[in-house]
Formats: sequence, C-alpha cells, structure tokens
Amino acid sequence: MNGYLAYVGRRLGQFLLVVFIGINVAYVITHASPIDPVEQSISAVTSYGNTAPAAIDEMRTSLRELYGLSGTAFEQYVLFWNRIMRADFGPSMSAFPTPVATLVGRALPWTLGLLTVSIVVAWGLGNLLGGLAGYYQNNRGLKLMGVIAMAVHPMPYYVLALLLLILFGFVWPVLPINGGSAMNLPPTLTVEFIVSVLQHAILPALSLILIGIGSWFLGMRSLVSNIVNEDYVIYAELAGVRPWRVLSSYVMRNALVPQMTGLAMSLGGIFNGAVITEKVFGYPGLGSLLVDAVYAGDYGLVLGVTTISIIGVSIGVLAIDLLYPLLDPRVKVS
Amino acid sequence: MVVILRDLFRYSAEFRIGAVLVGLVLLLSALAGLSPYSPQSVYVVPPDAPPSLTYWFGTTSRGQDVFWQVSFAIRNTLLFGCTVALVSRLLALVIGLVSGYKGGWIDRALMSLNDTVIVIPLLPILVLFFFVMRDRMSWLMLALLMGGFGWAYDARLIRSVVMTLRTREFTQTCLFSGMRTQEILLQEHLPYVMPVLVSTTLNNMVWSIGLEVTLSVLGFTDINTPTIGGMIYWANQHAAMVAGIWWWIAFPTIAIIMTFTGLYLIGVAANQYIDPRSQLRGVGGTP
Repeated sequence: MNGYLAYVGRRLGQFLLVVFIGINVAYVITHASPIDPVEQSISAVTSYGNTAPAAIDEMRTSLRELYGLSGTAFEQYVLFWNRIMRADFGPSMSAFPTPVATLVGRALPWTLGLLTVSIVVAWGLGNLLGGLAGYYQNNRGLKLMGVIAMAVHPMPYYVLALLLLILFGFVWPVLPINGGSAMNLPPTLTVEFIVSVLQHAILPALSLILIGIGSWFLGMRSLVSNIVNEDYVIYAELAGVRPWRVLSSYVMRNALVPQMTGLAMSLGGIFNGAVITEKVFGYPGLGSLLVDAVYAGDYGLVLGVTTISIIGVSIGVLAIDLLYPLLDPRVKVS
Repeated sequence: MVVILRDLFRYSAEFRIGAVLVGLVLLLSALAGLSPYSPQSVYVVPPDAPPSLTYWFGTTSRGQDVFWQVSFAIRNTLLFGCTVALVSRLLALVIGLVSGYKGGWIDRALMSLNDTVIVIPLLPILVLFFFVMRDRMSWLMLALLMGGFGWAYDARLIRSVVMTLRTREFTQTCLFSGMRTQEILLQEHLPYVMPVLVSTTLNNMVWSIGLEVTLSVLGFTDINTPTIGGMIYWANQHAAMVAGIWWWIAFPTIAIIMTFTGLYLIGVAANQYIDPRSQLRGVGGTP
C-alpha cells in the first residue's frame, strides 16, 4: 500500500508540473508577443466607424485591466495565476457580456462526451482486434485489417474528417453533418433529443475512432506477436490451457500495460484531433469555441479555452495514471 | 548505405510502395522550379477551368493553375517538415544522450520535462501563438516552435538505447582510457542511436506536417505562402466544394495523403530493418 501512495504522490507531482509549465508557456506567449492584444482589440472595434478619442482612452484602460496588462511584470504574473485559479477570464468579447467561464462550461460536456466515447471505443476495439491479429497471424481477414490500419492511421484528422464529410454529406446524405443536435429541439432529456445528439455525434466520433483504432491495432499486434513466443505462453499452451484463456489472460493482459501508458501519452494528440474534428463538423465543443474565438478576435476566450484544455488533458492523464496499478500490480509493491 | 536501400527495396513491400510514393511527391515538388507563374500571383489563367490537357489539374477560382500550386505547396510543406524534424532531432539527441548516459537527478529532471512536453496539448498553444502574432506569423517561427515541442517522444527512445549502452563493457573501456563524456556520446554511442533517429525522423515529419496542414486549413498560419493546408483554406474560402470545383480540393488532398502514406511506410520499413526479429518473420522464419 505504501508503494501505491508513493506512486500516487509522484503522479500528482508530475500533474502539477504539467499544469505549471503549460500555463507558463501560455503566459510567455501572450505577454512576450510584439503585438499588444489591447491595441489589436481597439483597432478591430474602431475600424467600423469613428469613435470619440476619450471613449477609446477609457476602453484602453478597461481592456488593460481586463487582460491583466497593468502593473509590473511580477504583478501581471501573479494576477495571471490568480485569474486561472479562480477560472475567471472576464467577459467574452464576441458574446458580450457572457463570461468566458460560462461559454467554456457550456462547450466542455460536448467535447468530454465525444472524446470519452471515441477513445474508449477506439482503444478497446483496436486492442482486441490487434491482439487477435497478433495471435492468429495467418488469418486473412485480420491481415487485411492490418493493411487498412496502416493506410488510415497516418492520415491527418482533418483529411479523414473531410473525406467523411464529403461521403456522408454530398455523396450519400444519410447523417447530419453539422451541429451537436437538431436545431428545433429543446435541450431536455427527451428520447427525441437524445437520439438527435447521438445521430449528430456519429460522424465526428467515427473520424476520431477510425484514426485512433489503427495505431492501437498496430501497436497491440506487434506487442502480442512478440509475447506469443515467450516461454510461459508456450508452457501454458502445452499444459492444455484453452486458447481463448491463453490469449486473454496470458497474452493480452500483459500487452495491455504498455498500451495503457501509450494512451496516457497520446491523450494530448487525441485532443488536438478532436479540436479540428469539431470544427469540421460544427460540433459545439471546445474546438469550435477556440476556432471561432480566434476568428472573432476574442482574447479572453482563446486564453480561457487554451488553459482549460491544458488542465483538462492533464487531469485525463492523471486519471489514466491512477488507474494504471489496476493493470500493473507491480507499482503497488515497489 | 546503397546496399541497405537495395535490400530494403527488394525485400520489403512497405519500403517499395513508400519509396515510389515519396519519389513521386519529391518529383512534383522539384517541378516547382520550372513553374511559369509565381506562386503568389493570381488571375494568370482563366478561373474555374476543369482538368484538361492545357491545365492538368484544372484552375482555381483565383485564376491559378492547380498543378503548379500543388507543386509549390508540396515543396513548402516538405521543407516545413524537414525544418521541424531537424530542430527537434537536435533537441531529442542532446536530451536523450545526456539523460540516458548521466542518469541520476539529471535524468529524472529531464524526463519530468519530457513527460510534460508529451502531455501538453499543442494545438491550442499554437492557436494562441497565432492569435497573438497574427500577420507577423511566419512559417519559420511556427517550425521552430513545433520543433521545440516535437522532441519528447523520441528523446525517450534514444535515452532507452543509451541506457543499455552505458552498462556495456566498451563504455567502461572508453571511460578508463580517459575519453571525455561528449567524446563517448558522439563517437561511441551515436552510431548505435542512428537507426532509431532515422525512423523517428520520418514519424516526426508525418506528425509536424499533419499539424501544419490542420493549422493552415483553419487559416492560422501565414496564408500567403502556398502550402497544402493553405490551398484547402483558400478553396474553402471560395466554397469550392459547393460550387463543384472539386479539383481545387481533391488534388492537394491526394498529394498530402501520398506524402503521409509514403513517409509512414518507409518509417515502418526502417523500423523492421532495425528490429531483426520482425525481419526474420518477413522471410518466414520463427524468431
């Protein structure tokens, strides 16, 4: 048990380090840039018409305060952390006066749901099929699957999402290609609404799953094809353990450990993919929010989504790390 | 080197297909030097012409020849991938070699940093970077930033190779014969790391080009330098799909898929070459 506590402590420390470095990168990028975000916002506003100079001055002061650009560098830094700790990024400029935190809170469940479902399906299915492909190396169907995985896996998320969009939006229009649910339905817990949400999630989830499944499939296949030649597996086979039991409890059980580490390591990359996929399918999650905020020139919203993404992905990695001892009991002892 | 390539070409189907795909893409990018038009100039050919004998890949709504645009775009995209790969290779090599050889607290500190860089979601940070830089964003700046984030996974691989080398006898011999640390790392350990470096370079290029395409499709890079993502961005701006000008999107997409699949397959072949067990499987033996 002591070993487990030490493990949890180490992972927590790593989690805090990730958040600390991530937020600092965001701070450096926003504060070291040669372009003043305040002046940029003002020029965006004043470009539409004449504004009284006094009003511009007033706006400049209030924006400086809002962006935390007043005071010395140290004060700004403290203020920056203070805001993040309270999850307070001020009101959104593009959806004034809704606070950024409200907008992010509204988008978060969509991204969370989409990511969870697609990661669980891709990881589970990819590992299962990859394990089978590594164990039954002469099966034609599984070999073909390997070739397909190899072709789909290196594609960028955008290209695959675009292909699905063209296929199901123009060539064979059976699925909704835009939004998170049908426009005319109120977001309540009715059967109609839930069906609509699920329908709208199919294409974005499918594009995430198709890309993800390939890498888990290929990884698991090569792991398993090495493990099947281990002495203990051959011994189990000779001892008459049923093939299915050998595959599940002797072979795949051990191969899942590095795959779990792999999942924690690639979570950031999967999140990147979700951002672009959401934009392609107009899914109302963090990704669409981020991209639209950039187009609208909404500084607080961009910063808010970026920091929430960093913290959110780190929490996800921490959760996987804390589940890890379930698969690999060795960390409890050492 | 030539012998290795010849053997790979002869025995590895992945390498054959990959080499042909990458070869075609390289040829296309080399043709950019022969282009009759400057990549920036618009309305030099009749707009919206479908693919024909005069305009092989058709023309865009901005009056550009898609063939020459793709040629410029793929050249810039490959150049971008190479720059990111170069920067991140240097970082990965230094950090991997030092971390694996030194061990102790240096190793722990570097690997904490390493795990952090792996986990941080890069796309929002790059978007934030674009947001504050706007028009001053150049592809070199983006390449340097991505290189600064792209080394982590490969540094870990290099570290694990060096860790096994450190306990080998020849390292002790070098140490006792008075070689300095950097001499041991560069002269003795680097050759063992080279194969890993080659295969990770290819994967790194796939990664960085993918991110660059994503960013420029959204218009979050310097949109005046033609890249594959930039072409799709302009096509979307002109609603090319709705207007039926499919060739404007189809040809850059085909070119980028060829690049990805080609680089990836060569990477797979290189990996198999490094791991002799899978080589044995390839010729039908049991390891």
